[in-house]
Amino acid sequence: MGNITGFKDYDRVDEKYEAVKERLDNYNEFTIALNEEDSRHQGSRCMDCGIPFCHSGCPLGNLIPDFNERVHKNEWKEALDMLHSTNNFPEFTGRLCPAPCEKSCVLGIIDGPVSIENIEKNIVERGFQEGWIVANPPKIRTDKTIAIVGSGPAGLAAAQQLNRAGHTITVFERDDAIGGLLRYGIPNFKLEKEIIDRRLSILEEEGIQFITNANVGVNYSLEKLNEFDAIVLCGGATLRRSLPTKGINAKGVEQAMDFLHSKRNPFLAVRLKAMLFLQKGKMLLL
Amino acid sequence: MAYKKQGVYLPEFEHDNCGAGFICSLNGERTHDIIHEAIEILIKLEHRGAVSADGRTGDGAGILTDIPHKFFNKACKFKLPDSKEYGVGMVFLPKSINQYKYCIDILEDEIKSQNLEVLGWRDVPVKPQHQGEIAKKTEPKIKQIFVGKNGQELSELEFNAKIYAARKIAEHKIIHSRLKESDKFYIPSLSTTTLIYKGLLIPEDIRNYYTDLSDPDFITRLALVHQRFSTNTSPSWDLAQPFRFMCHNGEINTLRGNVSRMRAREELMQSDIFGDDIKRLFPVILEGKSDSASMDMVIEMLLMTGRSLPEVMMMMVPEAWEKDTTMPDNKKAFYEYNSCIMEPWDGPASVPFTDGNFIGALLDRNGLRPSRYTVTKTGYVVMSSEIGVLNIKPENVIRHGRLEPGKMFLVDMNAGKIIEDEEIKQNIVSKKPYRKWLNKHLLPLADVPYTGNKCPVEINTIDLRQRMFGYTMEDIDTIITPMCKTGKEAIGSMGTDTPVAVLSEKPQLLYNYFKQLFAQVTNPPLDGIREEIITDISLAIGEDRNIFNRSPEQCKKLKIQNPVISNDDLDKIRNISHPDFNAVEIPMLYDIKRGLNALERSLDEMVFKTAKAVDDGCNIIILTDRGADKANGPIPALLACSYVHHSLNKLQKRSKFGIVIESAEPREPHHFASLFGYGASAINPYMVNEIIRQKVREGSIAGIESEKAVQNFNKAIGKGILKIMNKIGISTLHSYRASQIFEILGLSSKFSDKYFPHTPTRIEGIGLYEVEREISKRHKKAFFGNEIADNLKLDVGGDYRWRRNGEKHMFNPTTVSKLQQAVRTNNTNSYEVYSRMINEQSESLMTLRGLFEFQNLDPIDIEKVEPWTEIVKRFKTGAMSYGSISKEAHENLAIAMNRIGGKSNSGEGGEDMNRFRKDLNGDSRSSAIKQVASGRFGVSSNYLTNAKEIQIKMAQGAKPGEGGQLPGEKVFPWIAEVRNSTPYVGLISPPPHHDIYSIEDLSQLIFDLKNANRDARINVKLVSEVGVGTIAAGVAKAKADVILISGYDGGTGASPLTSLKHAGLPWELGIAEAQQTLTLNNLRSRIVLECDGQLKTGRDVAIACLLGAEEFGFATAPLVASGCIMMRKCHLNTCPVGIATQDPELRKNFKGTPEHVINFMYFIAEELRQIMAQLGFRTVKEMIGQSQKINTKKATDNYKAAGLDLSAILYQPENYFDNPISNTKKQDHNLKGVLDFKIIQDAHPAIYRKAKMQLEYPITNTDRSVGAIISNELSKIYGDNGLPENTLQINFTGSAGQSFGAFATKGLVLKVVGNTNDYLGKGLSGAKIIIKKPSKADFRADENIIVGNVCFYGATKGEAYINGVAGERFCVRNSGITAVVEGVGDHGCEYMTGGRVVVIGKTGRNFAAGMSGGIAYVYDPDGKFRDGLCNMEMVELEVLDNIDQSDIRTLLEGHSNYTKSEKAEELLGNWEESLKHFVKVIPTDYKKALERLAREQQLITA
Repeated sequence: MGNITGFKDYDRVDEKYEAVKERLDNYNEFTIALNEEDSRHQGSRCMDCGIPFCHSGCPLGNLIPDFNERVHKNEWKEALDMLHSTNNFPEFTGRLCPAPCEKSCVLGIIDGPVSIENIEKNIVERGFQEGWIVANPPKIRTDKTIAIVGSGPAGLAAAQQLNRAGHTITVFERDDAIGGLLRYGIPNFKLEKEIIDRRLSILEEEGIQFITNANVGVNYSLEKLNEFDAIVLCGGATLRRSLPTKGINAKGVEQAMDFLHSKRNPFLAVRLKAMLFLQKGKMLLL
Repeated sequence: MAYKKQGVYLPEFEHDNCGAGFICSLNGERTHDIIHEAIEILIKLEHRGAVSADGRTGDGAGILTDIPHKFFNKACKFKLPDSKEYGVGMVFLPKSINQYKYCIDILEDEIKSQNLEVLGWRDVPVKPQHQGEIAKKTEPKIKQIFVGKNGQELSELEFNAKIYAARKIAEHKIIHSRLKESDKFYIPSLSTTTLIYKGLLIPEDIRNYYTDLSDPDFITRLALVHQRFSTNTSPSWDLAQPFRFMCHNGEINTLRGNVSRMRAREELMQSDIFGDDIKRLFPVILEGKSDSASMDMVIEMLLMTGRSLPEVMMMMVPEAWEKDTTMPDNKKAFYEYNSCIMEPWDGPASVPFTDGNFIGALLDRNGLRPSRYTVTKTGYVVMSSEIGVLNIKPENVIRHGRLEPGKMFLVDMNAGKIIEDEEIKQNIVSKKPYRKWLNKHLLPLADVPYTGNKCPVEINTIDLRQRMFGYTMEDIDTIITPMCKTGKEAIGSMGTDTPVAVLSEKPQLLYNYFKQLFAQVTNPPLDGIREEIITDISLAIGEDRNIFNRSPEQCKKLKIQNPVISNDDLDKIRNISHPDFNAVEIPMLYDIKRGLNALERSLDEMVFKTAKAVDDGCNIIILTDRGADKANGPIPALLACSYVHHSLNKLQKRSKFGIVIESAEPREPHHFASLFGYGASAINPYMVNEIIRQKVREGSIAGIESEKAVQNFNKAIGKGILKIMNKIGISTLHSYRASQIFEILGLSSKFSDKYFPHTPTRIEGIGLYEVEREISKRHKKAFFGNEIADNLKLDVGGDYRWRRNGEKHMFNPTTVSKLQQAVRTNNTNSYEVYSRMINEQSESLMTLRGLFEFQNLDPIDIEKVEPWTEIVKRFKTGAMSYGSISKEAHENLAIAMNRIGGKSNSGEGGEDMNRFRKDLNGDSRSSAIKQVASGRFGVSSNYLTNAKEIQIKMAQGAKPGEGGQLPGEKVFPWIAEVRNSTPYVGLISPPPHHDIYSIEDLSQLIFDLKNANRDARINVKLVSEVGVGTIAAGVAKAKADVILISGYDGGTGASPLTSLKHAGLPWELGIAEAQQTLTLNNLRSRIVLECDGQLKTGRDVAIACLLGAEEFGFATAPLVASGCIMMRKCHLNTCPVGIATQDPELRKNFKGTPEHVINFMYFIAEELRQIMAQLGFRTVKEMIGQSQKINTKKATDNYKAAGLDLSAILYQPENYFDNPISNTKKQDHNLKGVLDFKIIQDAHPAIYRKAKMQLEYPITNTDRSVGAIISNELSKIYGDNGLPENTLQINFTGSAGQSFGAFATKGLVLKVVGNTNDYLGKGLSGAKIIIKKPSKADFRADENIIVGNVCFYGATKGEAYINGVAGERFCVRNSGITAVVEGVGDHGCEYMTGGRVVVIGKTGRNFAAGMSGGIAYVYDPDGKFRDGLCNMEMVELEVLDNIDQSDIRTLLEGHSNYTKSEKAEELLGNWEESLKHFVKVIPTDYKKALERLAREQQLITA
């Protein structure tokens, strides 16, 4: 461990937001990234625990102490390798994940937990900036074909891993664009759509084929799908859950899943004045 | 007769230590009195021996004398020739008449075939009633044989050689005869000069049993005596000492290597004396004999080579010549030359020896055994382990001396004079031009020019090859990188909780199945850092030659300074072009496609190729795994090395070549140590070199050049190997090589018999098939599994820190959180989840106990089981020092355990006196168990008085055989206070207890502590390893009340990483072995057996109990209950939950409460109760040792674990239930006769009314630990304050026994006119000690030894005035006393942390090693001290300032006043001149700390 007293020397620092007036005229991300030195200090707060509860708390099993250490040591490329070994798309999770790792961080017992999610984002953004993240097509192709139904994060990750193993991959998406909820569920200020496109172009370059507007079983027949050697179903969880409360059907109450997906989604097109979201018990007022 | 191998008990692990001595007449006067005096010596040393369970059978004693010609002339019915014209043999024979005859016939035949004559036989009269019951069972028939020259003209050497040959050949014949009682045939002596009477007797019985010895005509010039203290109670008649030429007090640690290399040398032996007969003498060393017996057999053989006895002794037990800058060059050359012929027989050894013409004694290089001698005006020399064994008037004394480390004491009986060490040795070393021979023939590797060749290029990428050899990122980051940067091994903390290799699902390197053995009790581990001058890791490679020749060719060897060599060095060897050397490369590769068969065949081919190469004249074999690729898998280097080594040994070619290993495998010190241990002479870890270079290039090892980084790594490995050697008490790699000091855990005996013969393996396990599977798993992973982008190049690891895909850990995120939830909410359900997880985890192959299941159930109602409140009284928390954990955490455990009637343990850091009083709320923060460890921190009379149990820590599971260190920055003022040390000055706990180098020393310390607190139980903490059962038996005989067997996996505040994993064994094996051995010897009833080491659940406790444990310790788990989250950062002071830290800010985070700990203990006890109810036990007492209730689980799925056979652990010796199998009685500590009781009676007014008094008593060496009981009584009344100064003065006359003034407290003045033995003033706690030369003695005080070794060890307060010279290690670990002494031996003021010492005479070598505090003033008129006797690692030499000058003056005036010292008066009389020659020795850190404290003080007052 590079800095054994890092957690005592530095406080947790989170990303700051742009001034409100700066972000009034757009729906883009409004966080201000930490500079390199601050990021490294944040990495050095990691205590490299004998039992890293963060690593166990992370559903992906990200090697959190290992990449923290490398960020602290200014070894961003190695940190990125660490991160990519368990996580195909850190640029998504680094923005969107509810960060159970931070909730299980040991430092959290006595102080602000290590800002793991932000470090993750920094690593991957650094990777794109430096041009380290490039297409990595397989050297050898097997003669197997695989269909992946659904192009959300799960479908895309499955696609990338299987493609790397040398299989020939086709991803089917019923919408008009790839990304599933990433694209049609998550607002721009959380995840700008260029972020998705940036990754998609790499996937395409690696040889993955994407077919949009292909709703399997509706406008794409199962027989045709069966021609593939294997099929991976990554349909996602688009079914909405309603609130069991009175008046939920009142006029003007809109289900988020419906709304986000609809053409009226302001982050896709129109601009609204104010809006109340109720989702997963979270409330966000704009 | 020794017990046979059974269960987990192996007879070869018996040890012995002893008391020894001799007496001889310089005038050559033969008297009968010498015999009685000699036996008197033994009787006075009886406390150094041991008695078996029958109370009468000694472990063996004996006496060696001249051949009493006059007596035999009278006693023999046949005519004897003149003295020296015949030989006499003492012969032990079978009792059954036919077998007895058979043996006699063979012996007579062999004597005749040497063309000698049997003059006759004589029955040796004995009185069988003078022996114990156990001895009687094995008593032989004893006769004497007389052998004549048969009319031949024979020189003494020739005659003795023939006698030797006859005896040796007869021995071999009878051993191989398959005679039922062949083991009863034994010839204690057969010689023309000396005769031995010995047996399984206690000393006073020797002359009662052998009536010859009482015949007034039985006269002799000399008598050598010995009595044995064996750790085991199955000693035998033939192993009683003395042996034919020597006896031995100590232990030969390197025995296995010595024996195997001696055997290898036999193939080259040729001799004119023996001619063709020589082959019939082999093996020189008979199998199954003790270390001392084996050594004797080699001495005997070497004497036949024409070397004199002193020369043979110098060859086998050389001085520490390697790093001695003051040794004359011709002597150094002699030793270096002989090191090419023979490796040192290394171990703590004091060896009295004689051939009838010379009598003398030799001490090993470490000087770890006491040997004192006195020369009298009446012409006698008396030497023994203690002084005062014979009553010699002071005015009759010419000289009192001691044997010094590496030195020899020799009396020439024929010339009637003592020959000084230098004189003997100069005489011997100047006989041949050794230096010239060395210059001509010995080739240092450094002198061979570099080849300039490019390093071989491998085809496959480094990443791929790393995977093939099983490297992980953790290996690189945690193991290799720190070594490159610092030249030292990395430190970790907490224990290991991963599965042992055979239970791991991850492919393991073969090294991981080998566990390092370590020294505990019977021999001491060493300190290779502070006592570096004793150590050496250089090796010489090449072929051996006929040991009978003293020719220049013997030293045609290639000398390597650090045998961990770089690629370039290896290239030199590979391409060496030199007439004397010829290297051949043999690949360690096999066709991986063909798997097992190919591996087996390749191994055999390697042997074949090696044999052929050797026949062709090659003398260096390079085993290499370079070139491993897709088709060729690497053979584990350890497997290849050991197999080649052993096979060539069998083929009798082993001594003709050296093995060099070129392998990608080794990366940790343990790997290298194993390779050396199985025969390698040099190792090139080329893959590590490659990795280091790559990492430096990439910048992840920053700030260092790659060459330097490689050097650092090699250096760190060298140090690591040294540490591993030191653990078992070995000083030189030369003797460590091929000594195989390991135990195998998890390899089948079929496999180990073939590839690793003679290494114990007790629970079976995998074989070559599974080994091959592990290789091919790694190989597959390297070549086929890893071509997906973004997968990591290497596995992440997870051995030292938990990782999801890494090795499994018992304590992991889920178990830790469940346990904490359970204890915090007192939630039984959560506990059940926790315990189920641990128990199931362990069943899914994490621990040996996991493979057990309960059987023979006999359920009873749980109400009938004793309540949890009774059970927890058997529970203890582990020894964690205040200093390693915070005050809050430490006191929390104490309060909790005191509330429930269990016991907490102070650890080795002392304890704040305020904690000895109860708190207002009724809680007690006093730890019931007070620990006494090697650093002796805070150990005072008052501390010991406040203990319910005193624990002697012989070893610690996490790092057995190692010491510890608390760096200065962690010695905060509040820690320093309880440790009696200076804040900010680092503290060292040495690897050994400097008052325990052997079993009789431990017995002494137990006696001391029992004196210091008669109400406390004495607990001896051991760590599980093979042989721990025999050690436990010895400890039981040494009168411990409790024996704790710790598992290897226990926690620690800091330990080198490889020690955590590779030393020690699981407690399952240790407890089972202890239980089996103790019951086998009927010693179990006197001992309480305790177990600890990662006990986590009630099930764990149940298993331990069924295997024999009756008390149970927990450490890691209660810490987790108190909030520990297994950071494994204890050594960094950054524990975020306030446990393992002294940082006031972090300590605030401590959230544990006594309730948490109590809840934990409650849960454990309740779970145990449920198991007890199922099994049908109402009390724990009923359950102890009932191993029939356990079953080893049916077949497991894992291919590795399937081969395990744990039945040996569950074994019950025959008639197991006939004697008690748990503790039923108390030890008899023999305190009744202690002098203190008499003093207390006389000293009432002083003790109870503080009246000033003076008392007078005579004293002898059997009056031991005088002062401890009085001090205990004073501490009970007055606590730490004792009495006012000088209240009770007690004057003794004579020779005080060991530990005089131990723990003596304030107000006492203890004065001896005479001298004292070892351990004077041990733990001195405030008293004043004065040792004065008798006024009638006319020798000079400053030239004669007056006190023994290891004086004032761990002393905290008081004063001492010593009117004479002290032995080795004066004031070792002194933390506060002021002492004046007139000379000291080697290692003076070692590890001292405080106090003042004035030395006004000569000092030995290595003064001030590890000294971190206090000041020493040394009078150095000839400048020798400044010139190299002081170890400058930690100290500075300064000139005196005014304060120093007045301090010295005051002390010398005191000294002169108390002792009338001539030397002090001389110095004071010429004060100005004297002052010029004083040197001040002050530790650098101490000086800085004093300055810092002064600054802090200023701030406070300002």
